Formats: sequence, structure tokens, C-alpha cells
Amino acid sequence: MSKVAQKTKHEQALADGRTRFSHVESWEEIFDPEIAQAEYLKRKKSQIALIKKMDKALLREMLYQMVLGRIFEEKCAEVYRLGKIGGFCHLYIGQEAVAVGAIMAIDKKRDYVIVAYRDHVQAMVAGIEPEAVMAELYGKATGCVKGKGGSMHLFSKEHNFFGGHGIVGGQIGVGTGMAFAQKYQGTGGVTLCFFGEAAVNQGIFHESLNMAQLWKLPIVYICENNQYGMGTAQKRAMSIANIARKADAYGMYGEFVDGMDVMAVYQATSNAIERARKESLPSLLEVRCYRYMGHSMSDPGKYRTIEEIKKYQQRDPILLFKDSLKEAKVFNDEDFAEIEQQARKKVEEAVEFAEKSPLPDESELLTDVLA
Amino acid sequence: MASKILMPKLSPTMEEGQISRWLKKEGDEVQANETIAEVDTDKATMEMTALESGVLLKILVPEGGTAKLGQVIGIIGQKGEDISQLLADTVETATSPETSVSAADSSKDGEKAKVKEAEKTESVAVKSGNGFETAVAEKEAEETDRIFVSPIAARMAAEHGIDLRSIKGSGPGGRIIKRDIEAALARVATLEVAQPVPTEVPVSLPFTPQREALYREETTTQMRRTIAKRLVQSIGPIPTFYLTIEIEMDKAIEFRQQINSTVGEDEKVSLNDIIVKTAAMALMKHPFVNSSYRDDKIRFYEDADIGVAVAIEDGLITPVVRQANKKGILQISREIKELAARAREKKLQPEEYTGATFSISNLGMYGIKQFTAIINPPEAAILAVGSATPTPVVRDGSVTVRNIMHVTMSCDHRVIDGATGARFLQTFKQMLENPILMVV
Amino acid sequence: MAEMTMRDALNQALREELARDERVFIMGEEVAQYEGAYKVTRGLWREFGDKRVIDTPISELGFAAIGVGAAMAGLRPVIEFMTWNFSILAADQIINHAAKMLYMSGGQFNIPIVFRGPNGSAYQVSSQHSQALEAMYANFPGLKVVMPSTPADAKGLLKSAIRDDNPVIFLEQERMYGMKGEVPEDEDFTIPLGVADVKRQGKDCTIVARSLTVPLALQAAEKIEKEFGVSCEVVDPRTIKPLDIETIVKSVKKTNRLVIVEESHQFCGVAAEITAQVTEKAFDYLDAPIKRISSAEAPMPYAKNLEAAALPDVPKIIEAVKEVCYL
Repeated sequence: MSKVAQKTKHEQALADGRTRFSHVESWEEIFDPEIAQAEYLKRKKSQIALIKKMDKALLREMLYQMVLGRIFEEKCAEVYRLGKIGGFCHLYIGQEAVAVGAIMAIDKKRDYVIVAYRDHVQAMVAGIEPEAVMAELYGKATGCVKGKGGSMHLFSKEHNFFGGHGIVGGQIGVGTGMAFAQKYQGTGGVTLCFFGEAAVNQGIFHESLNMAQLWKLPIVYICENNQYGMGTAQKRAMSIANIARKADAYGMYGEFVDGMDVMAVYQATSNAIERARKESLPSLLEVRCYRYMGHSMSDPGKYRTIEEIKKYQQRDPILLFKDSLKEAKVFNDEDFAEIEQQARKKVEEAVEFAEKSPLPDESELLTDVLA
Repeated sequence: MASKILMPKLSPTMEEGQISRWLKKEGDEVQANETIAEVDTDKATMEMTALESGVLLKILVPEGGTAKLGQVIGIIGQKGEDISQLLADTVETATSPETSVSAADSSKDGEKAKVKEAEKTESVAVKSGNGFETAVAEKEAEETDRIFVSPIAARMAAEHGIDLRSIKGSGPGGRIIKRDIEAALARVATLEVAQPVPTEVPVSLPFTPQREALYREETTTQMRRTIAKRLVQSIGPIPTFYLTIEIEMDKAIEFRQQINSTVGEDEKVSLNDIIVKTAAMALMKHPFVNSSYRDDKIRFYEDADIGVAVAIEDGLITPVVRQANKKGILQISREIKELAARAREKKLQPEEYTGATFSISNLGMYGIKQFTAIINPPEAAILAVGSATPTPVVRDGSVTVRNIMHVTMSCDHRVIDGATGARFLQTFKQMLENPILMVV
Repeated sequence: MAEMTMRDALNQALREELARDERVFIMGEEVAQYEGAYKVTRGLWREFGDKRVIDTPISELGFAAIGVGAAMAGLRPVIEFMTWNFSILAADQIINHAAKMLYMSGGQFNIPIVFRGPNGSAYQVSSQHSQALEAMYANFPGLKVVMPSTPADAKGLLKSAIRDDNPVIFLEQERMYGMKGEVPEDEDFTIPLGVADVKRQGKDCTIVARSLTVPLALQAAEKIEKEFGVSCEVVDPRTIKPLDIETIVKSVKKTNRLVIVEESHQFCGVAAEITAQVTEKAFDYLDAPIKRISSAEAPMPYAKNLEAAALPDVPKIIEAVKEVCYL
């Protein structure tokens, strides 16, 4: 590793104490949905100007992926209750803007994605067919990992999707290694590494960020802060509220992002990817979002109120995005209906495919143990 | 003059019988050929008849008691007759019938006698005292006189026909170890007593059923004998291997429905009836599977007499459908129903459950998908039939559901080779998948 | 052939594989500038530079994870643990990630990685620095576990481990780094994983030993032959997983007696596994109960005499052989 010490502009900014939001006194305050909405409205005008300049097909794909993710996960809840899906099943409803905003910003040919166990939507945005995801949840031979991984372990080498991982925080280190390899091989690729806010309390988070900044690895750490680690609210588990600020401890660039605003996620990730690609520097994005469903299908949800959930649902990421698209006159209600219908059809096809697919052959039990 | 009532041989494989019920009490008058007791054999409940008229003077084995073949179970004679002498004699004969044989054999030299002696170590003690005392003595001996022996020493002793009781172990706690057997073998060698002779496979006399299938025999070839010998050395008296095949049963199910739509309720046939018929037809095309290995000969049966395994309350019995190859499915079905019913009542006669040329065991109705069955010697094979289960399969490039049944044939490798068995199963599969082939 | 220490044989294997394959890199604490806590990586940083030989912070879990991620992305990392005791901090990455990645990705992502370093006792380094962990790692499907006992084996096996497409746990022994032996200098010299080596032929008793206990078993065998005329066969499995049980069974069928010597703890250990497999596969050939010599059921003590008492040694092996041979 090169140990040449020449300050980049981001390092200079850090040295000057200019990380974003470092002036904010109370972090909990700005996560309040009302304040977040006020912030959103302030930047909306410039965002609409940006939307108008963007490729329409890309915008359509972003909305389609968000709607598909929503409907897909609702269908998962439905068939899970019918006993079609076994084991753990962590749903993504409410967080769609994060996966879509971030993964749509990468170069799918050379960039890598690695995520935790709430992985269905990220897998689909990365390119795995909904059929292969649903078949995997059904434990069928046609699943994207042949029925061997299930909900938490979706992988696709073809789509540079390095998997859903089940040990909280484990993939932070693995993702750091992927970025290490990208730099070692000189591919120009960047790794997007997703994890939840509760993983930040694991040692691996700190070991990884230290080495990523030390060795200047091209990685974007995306902390999806849905505010609850299973049933434990962040403030009951973490001594400070601002996770983005933890980047400071490693001299890394850190930024807070509104996770209900897909364009904000898209922009912040694009910037971080550019930083990684051009300057080989890591970033930590804290993306504040909210999951509407329980931690998993077996979560009774006693730790929060319906009112709280409803408050966040008023800033539903799909609603916000549609609103902006409409205001920018890119799409109208008819377009939205068509997109929704397309997504519904896809989900139905995925279920039908999964239902009809055969179970893995028993001979598969002992294959893929060793290469 | 009073005489003994002996436990008779009531089935071909019977070694002992249990008195399930005495129909006469002590003191009752008995006519010749009158049933005096019911005996449970290994297969069925049989009636035991008196050979002569008289009075049942003494019952020696009570209800529930067990007696070996030829053991005295009662005494019949004239009223008031003195039977004390007879009772005293009885004590001796009541012991294991092998006693005298073993004693006689042990006086002979040679490997065979040695093997027998090793098998029946207890018999040595019988010579002293009366039987009852011996039995008690044996029991105690079992508790205090257990032989401790290392696995290799035990195996060497068995291979060389050495009686472990004749050896004093030098290991901890008197454990007999390898070097003790080696020492014993060295002693034997210097005395020139034993020549290592290949161990004979214990062969029990084949039971000849009253209505045994006709057969022809061919002298075994040297190659066949060598194959047989090597395989037996490897795996035991019947070197068995297993072949499994998947059969699509949709057409057979349809075939069954067609038959059943033309007959009355009590004539309805089961899938198993069709399987029995199909197997019989297939056997006609593959004589090696419908055969029996007899050391220097292979016996090929002219007809397929199919044993059909039937579960009964406390075991298993295999009634035989004779000449199933020549019978129609309806007749086979009727016969199986009738035999099975009587089997459950334990009313089958020995000739009705022995002398099959091939057997079928079907556990499909228990939801068993696939299993293996044990060959019933001297038959060469048995077919284990699993359930026909709706299973997704690929046909013409798309997934569809078919009723798939797994059958596994256990084969006696001395007579059936892998390919022989496989070809039979192919025929069997083709016929079941296209029942029309059965009439071709 | 050249005579060299096990340390140099390992060093040669690393050097040859670094030169042979650009995807191979070495990462760990003190492996570069310091040249290795036990000098196994001596000279490599100077020869191959910062990119290929990388000093890490003391973050076992973190750098093990970087190895796993780099292996997923096509590199072939060699991760050094200063001692295997510290690998326990990284067990999540080894057991939950490296061992399972291929399976849970449905065969898409294999992990060609070597985790290596000294295992087992050293010299009075006490409880937390003396553990032999092969049984723990061998318990998990998806890992291979290798333990060389001679310089030549060390070189040949390490080269095979680096070329293997699976995660390999490569367990060296600090006490053996200075041990000398003839080593082939051929760059294509490898020893396949999963093949045992009969280190000494014999007919009366089989001794299965690995790593440090192989030289002990060989010494014991010489003494027993001289004193009692009993000839011992010494079998070194070399790879714990996959285990070459056939070679062990073949030997036991010949000798009828088996002693297993190991430096790890006994309970649920490798000797227990070999014992079970031998009784399954060669029960009828045994003339005595199988005897195990393992390290004591206690953490490793510091005091010299207690440490010696805790470990297998030549007299203990001789006693065990006498016992199974009923001497």
C-alpha cells in the first residue's frame, strides 16, 4: 500500500473541521419527520431542476424498482403467513429509497454490492430477477442460490452482488476486503457496503473503517439507520445519535442523508462513489430511514407506537418521489398506474415461478461444501 | 402303555413352538387325530392333533410355555397308569435336541466338528446331571463366566473354529487377545490336528412345498461358482445388492381405474395387484431373476410364484400367488385378498406361504417412498415397492407433475448380476408405464 | 534437495507462491517491516513490497474479514495470525463467513484463502498462548485443516494450501520452526492435501501423530523397538481435514493396535474422531482398546514442570504402546 501523505481536498476539509452537519447540536432533532420534511422542502426546488435534467428511463427504472420492492415485500408477507417461506424473513418496506437511490448510482459492470440480511430489494435492484429471489425464499432449486441460502443469503456473481449476510456487521469487513481487492487489481471499481445502524456497535465496524481509511480503499459504507436494532431503539444502544460523525474518529468523510428521499440518497452515493473512484477514499453515509414492518416476520412490534409509524408514513419515499416526478412533469398518474401494474405483474410471475419450481434434489445437500 | 407327546414341526422354518392354548386338561379323554392344543409357530397358529387315543395324563409345558422341536410337552396313556419312569426319562430328552448330536460329533476329528462345538459351547456342560440343574448352572455361568475377548481375537477364533472357552486369556481381566489365539493355533499346528479348510457355508435343507413350481436346472459354470464364492466371502451367505428405479405410474393408475370401472365393489383391484401381475410377466422374460442359486446348480422356475408380503399382528408372512404369470389381474386380486385375510387370522397352511420364486413387499400405503427388503431364501430377489407420489418432473423441457414410484430390488449376486437385474427392472418399468405392453 | 529449517521451508513456499501468482498476498501483524514475529516472512516485504506483504493493525477480526472479501473478489490471500490463539477473535470470519460462503452462495463464491501461524504450545507462554485449535476448526464443514511435521511437508503442504480453492487452516508449531530437514527446492514441489504419510514402518502397533507429536512418536518407536522388540508404525495424517482415514485403517488392520498422540485437548478432539472412525471401519481388527495421549484437561500452566506434565512426551507414548501391546 502506498503510504504517500498528500492531503486530498476531503482530507483538508476534515482537517479544518468541516464535515457536514458538524455544527448541529442535537442530532435527534433533525431526524424528526417534521423537521426532515422542512429540510426536504428547502432543497426540493433544486432537486426538481435536477430531475428535469436526468435521463427519463433512469427515473422510470428508479420508481419501478421502488414500487416493485414494495409490492414484492408485501407479497412476501402474504405468502410467509401461508407458510410458503420458512425461517427468518426481514422485510424492507419503507426503506426502498435507500437501496434504489444507492445501487442505481453504481456502475454495475465493475462496482460491487454487499449487504446484510434484509436483502431482497437490494438484490433485485442489483439485477437479480424477482423470480430467482422469490424461488430462493420458497427454498426451490431455481432460487438464486439453489435453495441453499434462503431469505438472508441472496448472491449473484453475475450481478456483482456479493450476498446477503446474517451475522450483524460481518459483511462490513468482507466488503472492505472486496474494496481492497478492487484497488489491488486496479479495476477502478468501488464497493457499496450496506449495514444497519445496530452493526455500528460491533467491533468489525471500527476495525474496518480504520483500515479502509488507513489504506485508502474505494468503498462507500452505507449505514441504513432505520432507528431500531430489532426492538432496541438507537438511543437505547448508542452513546451518540450521529453515526455519520463516527467517521471523524478515523479521519473519514461522513455525511447524513435523508433516507426517505431517493434523490438525496442517489446524489450522496454518486458523490461518494466519485470520491472512491477518483481519489480512492472511503466514505460513511448515514442514511436515516424507517421500516414500517417488524424486524422480522416474528416481531410483535411492542417497542413503538402505531402513531410513530404513521408519522413516518406521511413521508413515504414512493409518495415523495412521485410527487417530485409529477411536479417536474416527467410522469403523470397514468404513468404511475402503468408502472405499478408492471410491478404487480412481475411479482405475480415471480410467485408463480416459485410455486412451480421443483425442490432442490437431495443430492445437492453435500455439493458446494468445498470447491 | 403311556407315551410322550412331542412338539411337532409345524412349519418349514420352525425351531420352537409356543403353546397358545391346551384344548384338553389333564385327565381328559383324547381321540386319535383330535386337536389337543394350538401352537404358535414363527408364522402362524397351528393345530396339534393327538397321534393316538387315550387320556391326557400330564401337561409338561403350560399355556404360554415354549418348547423346542421334539421336546416332550405332555404324556398320554391309560387312566391311572404309572408314568414316573417316563417323567424321569423326560427330563433328559427335554433338553436341547442337539445335545446328543453334538456329543457324537465332537468325538470325530476334523474341522466340521470343531466348528459345531464352537457354535454350541453350552452343550458340553449338559452331560453332567439332569437338565433342570444344567439350565440353572448355565444361567449362572453366563453371569460370571462371560468371555472377554478382543475383536480381532474373536474373529480369528471364529475363522479357525477355536472354542474360546478352551483358551485362557492373557490380557487384563483375562481378556483373550490376539497372541492367545496365535499360541493356540501354534499348538494345533504342531499336533497336526487341524488343517485349514475353507469354512462351509451353513446350508439348511430347502423346504419342498407341496405345490412347488416346476423348474429346470443347469449346472453352474466355474465362473459363476467363483463369483458366488468370492461374493459370499465378502458379504455373507447371501451377497445382496440393490437396484432402484423410478417408475411413472400415471398410466398404471389409469389402467386400474379402467378395470375398476367395469367390476363390482368387492372385485376392485389395487395398484399392488397390477404390480404383482407385471412382475410375473417381467420374470418370464428374465429367467435369472426367477431362479434360485444352489451351489452347483441354478434352478430356473417355469412359472412365477409370487410371494406377497403381508403384515400381520405380530409379524410378517408372505402368502404365495401361484403361477401369477398365467393368471389374470382379477384372479390375482381375489387370491391376494383371500390369502391376506386368512394370514391375518393365522389360518394359512405352510404350503400357502412357502416356495415362492420371487417376492414383493409394498409399503407404499404407509407413505414409504423407498426402502430395501431382505431376500427370502432360496429366492433370488425381492422387490421393495414404495408409494406412488405426485412429483414435479421435467417432460419436454417443462416442469409437470407425475406420480413417481420408487422400487428397489434386492438381488442375490450369486445368480443375478447388476445388468441382469437392471434389465428386468427396465422391462418391469416399461410394462407399468405402458400397461398395454402386458398383452403384447 | 537442501537441508533447511521448517521456518525457511515455509518462507521458501511463500516466496515461490508470491512470485508465481500475482493474486497471492500476505497480510498480518508484523509480517512486513518486522519480518514476522517468528521470522517466517523474513525478506518478503523487501522483495515484494507494500502491495504484496502488508502489515495490519492489531485487528484480527478485521483483517481476516478483508482476506475473506478479497478472496471473494478473486485474490488468494495468505493471512498470518501471530499465533492461532488470536484467531479466536477472528472466528466469526473464519467459521461464519469463509467456511460457509461457497455453500450459501449456491456454489458461486469460493474462498481461496490460507490462514496460517503457529499453533499449540511454545515455551512457558501459559494459558492464553498455548492452545492447539485443530479440533475446533476441523469441526466445521467447508474448511480444510493442515498440520505439517517436517520441513519438506511444511513447504509442500503450504504451496498446495495456497493453490487450493478453499479456505485452509494451516497450523504450524513454534517449537518446530528451528527443526531441520531435507527439502526439495523444486518450485513445482507440492504435497497434496488429504494424503497421510507413513513416517515409519512397523507391524505391532500403529501410532498416529501430527505436528509436534510426530518427532516424539518417532523417538518413542525407536526406544520401544530396542527395549521391547515391538515395532511401531508411525502414521502422520498431515491433513486433519479431509482426513486420510484409509491409510490409518490400513495400518491398524496390519498392527491391530492403535495409539493416537496429540497436543490438543482430548474431549471431542481429533483423536476421539480417529478412534470413532477406526472402530467403525476396523473394529474386527482391534486387539486392544485404542489409547489416546492428549494435553491435560486444564488450561496450560506456566511452571516448567507443570507445563511438561500437561503435554505428551516420549515416556507417555512408550507407556501407551506397552499398554495396548499387553507388555
